[in-house]
Amino acid sequence: MNFTYILSYSIWVPIILGSIILLLSSAMSDAQAKWVSLASSVIAFLITIPLYTAFDFSTTQFQFQEFFHWIPTFHINYHLGVDGFAIPLILLTSFTTVIVIIASWRSVQDRVAQYMAAFLIMSGLMIGVFSSLDAMLYYIFWEAMLIPMFLVIGIWGGTNRIYATIKFFLYTVLGSLLMLVAFIYLYLHTHSFEVIDYYNSGLGLYPQIFIFMALFMAFAVKIPMWPLHTWLPDAHVEAPTGGSVILAAVMLKLGAYSFIRFAMPIAPEASIFLKNFMVTLSLIAILYIALIAIVQKDMKKLIAYSSISHMGFVTLGLFMFNTIGIEGAYVQMISHGFISAAMFLCVGILYDRLHTRQIADYGGVIHVMPIFTAFAVFFSMANCGLPGTSGFVGEFMVIMSAMQNNFWIAVIAASSLIFGAAYSLWMVKRVFYGELLNEKIKSLKDISWRDFFILSILAIFIITVGVYPKIITDMTNAATVQFLDHILHFQPITSLPLDV
Amino acid sequence: MNELIQFDLSLIMPEIFVLSMAMVVLMTDLFIKPSSRWIIYSLSQLTLLGSTYLTGKDFAEETQFAFSNMFVRDGLADFLKMISYLGISLTFLYSRSYMKDRGLYRGEYFALVLFALLGMMIMISSHNMLLVYMGLELLSLCLYSITALDRDNQKATESAIKYFVLGALASGLLLYGMSMIYGATSSLDIGIISTTLFNHPTDHSILVLGLVFVLAGLAFKLGAVPFQMWVPDVYEGAPSSIAMLISSVPKLAAFAITIRLLADGLQSMIIDWKEMLLIMAVLSISIGNITAIAQKNIKRMYAYSTISHIGFILFGVMSGSLNGYASSLFYVASYMLMTLVSFAILMIMSNKNFECELIEDFKGLNKRSPWYAFLMLIVMLSMAGIPPTIGFYAKFMVLQAALEAGFVGFVIYAVMMVLVGMFYYLRIVKLMYFDEPKVKGKIEASLDVQWVLSLNALSLLIIGLVPYTFMEATTQAISLSLN
Repeated sequence: MNFTYILSYSIWVPIILGSIILLLSSAMSDAQAKWVSLASSVIAFLITIPLYTAFDFSTTQFQFQEFFHWIPTFHINYHLGVDGFAIPLILLTSFTTVIVIIASWRSVQDRVAQYMAAFLIMSGLMIGVFSSLDAMLYYIFWEAMLIPMFLVIGIWGGTNRIYATIKFFLYTVLGSLLMLVAFIYLYLHTHSFEVIDYYNSGLGLYPQIFIFMALFMAFAVKIPMWPLHTWLPDAHVEAPTGGSVILAAVMLKLGAYSFIRFAMPIAPEASIFLKNFMVTLSLIAILYIALIAIVQKDMKKLIAYSSISHMGFVTLGLFMFNTIGIEGAYVQMISHGFISAAMFLCVGILYDRLHTRQIADYGGVIHVMPIFTAFAVFFSMANCGLPGTSGFVGEFMVIMSAMQNNFWIAVIAASSLIFGAAYSLWMVKRVFYGELLNEKIKSLKDISWRDFFILSILAIFIITVGVYPKIITDMTNAATVQFLDHILHFQPITSLPLDV
Repeated sequence: MNELIQFDLSLIMPEIFVLSMAMVVLMTDLFIKPSSRWIIYSLSQLTLLGSTYLTGKDFAEETQFAFSNMFVRDGLADFLKMISYLGISLTFLYSRSYMKDRGLYRGEYFALVLFALLGMMIMISSHNMLLVYMGLELLSLCLYSITALDRDNQKATESAIKYFVLGALASGLLLYGMSMIYGATSSLDIGIISTTLFNHPTDHSILVLGLVFVLAGLAFKLGAVPFQMWVPDVYEGAPSSIAMLISSVPKLAAFAITIRLLADGLQSMIIDWKEMLLIMAVLSISIGNITAIAQKNIKRMYAYSTISHIGFILFGVMSGSLNGYASSLFYVASYMLMTLVSFAILMIMSNKNFECELIEDFKGLNKRSPWYAFLMLIVMLSMAGIPPTIGFYAKFMVLQAALEAGFVGFVIYAVMMVLVGMFYYLRIVKLMYFDEPKVKGKIEASLDVQWVLSLNALSLLIIGLVPYTFMEATTQAISLSLN
């Protein structure tokens, strides 16, 4: 079969289907809207499957490339293409969208069609971010993606949603505007917006640091790295379940992916130069944020902080500059995508029944919801890195790579496994075990077959990656080798002063 | 000789046409009943159609001069004129029912707007400082009187007087500056001034003094800080339809004379005016964006947002390259498209008994009318500069030109101010989508307004997706006119 335009289809099919649902939203009943959205998301997911099956993982070339001149005045092209780094995340995106739509089946009552459409459009835009090889195209997808998320949190969010959504938007835009300046700077230098031209721009160290810091602002907000993380707990707490899932599972990965695609290869010397800076921030995130997570009273906040802590492993792995570190970071990204999605779904299931997220309001859930508790405990274990689950593999690989660099970095990183266990298990103890004190909990029913279905799929994935992480490392291996080669053996052609 | 005059006249055909049609409109109004005002309306729209045809028929490929170099017709002039026709035509359409409701749907409105258009056309095409001044006064006097059209309205009258006093002062400053430049170069012709300054650098201090006055006059007409005080007051006091007119098309003409005077006439003094423009641009972007946050009246908010947009336009001009001028041209044209929609939605939401003026009036618009809320969303995103809208490319081009000119620090500063600006645009989105409506009731508009408004708003998105043609048109217009 011919898969020439498969990337365009992956991007535009969900966007177009979502727009159609949006236009017809007044003509459809809620049930129709749900089924149509589910069908659309499944179609969108199926379209992305050939990206995996037809991909040649042995080469480092960008594949499924599409190239059209878009704005010749500024040499901006519609240039798409993927390598081993992008494929797993694209699949994660389209898969998570299906999960989100199923998970929102009951929990969303108001303006259902618009809600579903927002997620479909968002998934197309996120795939666009992962597959753009032109910096402006990338930037446009990156920014456009904010609009549906802004509306999702603002319309369907909790009580303090407006503060949270505006904070989310302004934080992200703060970073991306600096990124835009960096891209324009690179354009003036290379006369191109092609990412590949940027890789060989031959900038000196000083401009590289300038570029790196500008891009850092954009990506570190997104990941989020300490101290730019404060929007995330707010956004997570206020977002509807679906929004939290997409935010944690995919949007945070955009930041890490962008480090691999842009910041590090464009400014390789700067990223080695700033290695200690990045490692320090990662360690602070891993350790300090894990401590913050322990004292949270709100389940969603706790998971949000644990996400920041886990993303700290990703950045730590990336800036170790060895194969196992980068692959570990990748496994951690995918694994965190599944685990955080599952955790937020679990909180969402509880929230739909009792309309509270406070840990103190729960207790003894196991007596009325045994099946659900089994899942929730499993995901919490995965969250704190139980061997056999994907959470363990990622963290273990990153700690190993840290050990190759510096013993103490590894020690600090590894200590988070203890704190991870502390916050996860303490929450499990207080929510699921213990006496049944709250009268309302007694009347709870166990999860529906729909929730059972999505939670078991996620559990299967978590175990599969945990037992056989080669699925992911096979995808990223070739790309990783080339990536490291580029960074470690980078030869600046000329070194130019800052001003163009 | 005769042939020469014939050639000259052929170049100013659009101006002659607009002038005579404005007279026809003025006269016709005397002989028709108030109930058949639609004739006036159609005549005015026909005028714009006709002038579009006349300008488009021989769209200037190269620069042509008429009346001993007083009048110029080049790519820039024709491009700006075409956009101006479009803007005025949309203004007529959007303001129709609003003006009817308020008893302002009168013949003199149309005649005055057409005369104002003539003034703008003259400004756009002037190649002589006297002609610049003439066009400017024709435009300004029309605008002053249109502002006071609702003469029983205290606020409108007050703002008209404010506008008139300050505007007259600014015109005086401009004229004074011109006289100094005339004294230093002994010519009023922009081309001759340019070559004189290039070949014989004369007494610098007089020229710089003149330049300061010219810039002050221009800044006033554009509404740049520190000459911005009139903008919010006039916007607030004038009826929305007239605020829309003042804020949209005249900016094109003011931009045109800025380019003609600075980039053409005083090109050799770029080092002097660059710094002055830089200060004005940075102040406009900062004060515009920061003050807009505190506004409760939506028209005042628009006014401060205009000031910040003007800051960006000056930022592009300040870059002093063809790229920079082209980016400003792109910016000013897209600004006009955005601002028309933003005011049009304001007018649609008003009716006979209700004047939509407060930001709070936008509460829950999505519940009342999802489509208009969506159109407003596009406008707000575009004004905030979020892709994929036209406003993003406008900012992108300006920033690109400014970075190229080496203003790294100022670009970063401007970008931070864009972030500040996003807050108040997002607040409108927040009110429309996240809040419950304060006022109930459907929002109604006639069919043609609905369609054209939708097209206008969607064009912000569509040009944002395929901006190439529009970008190329602006780049062409600039590079054909200034080389």
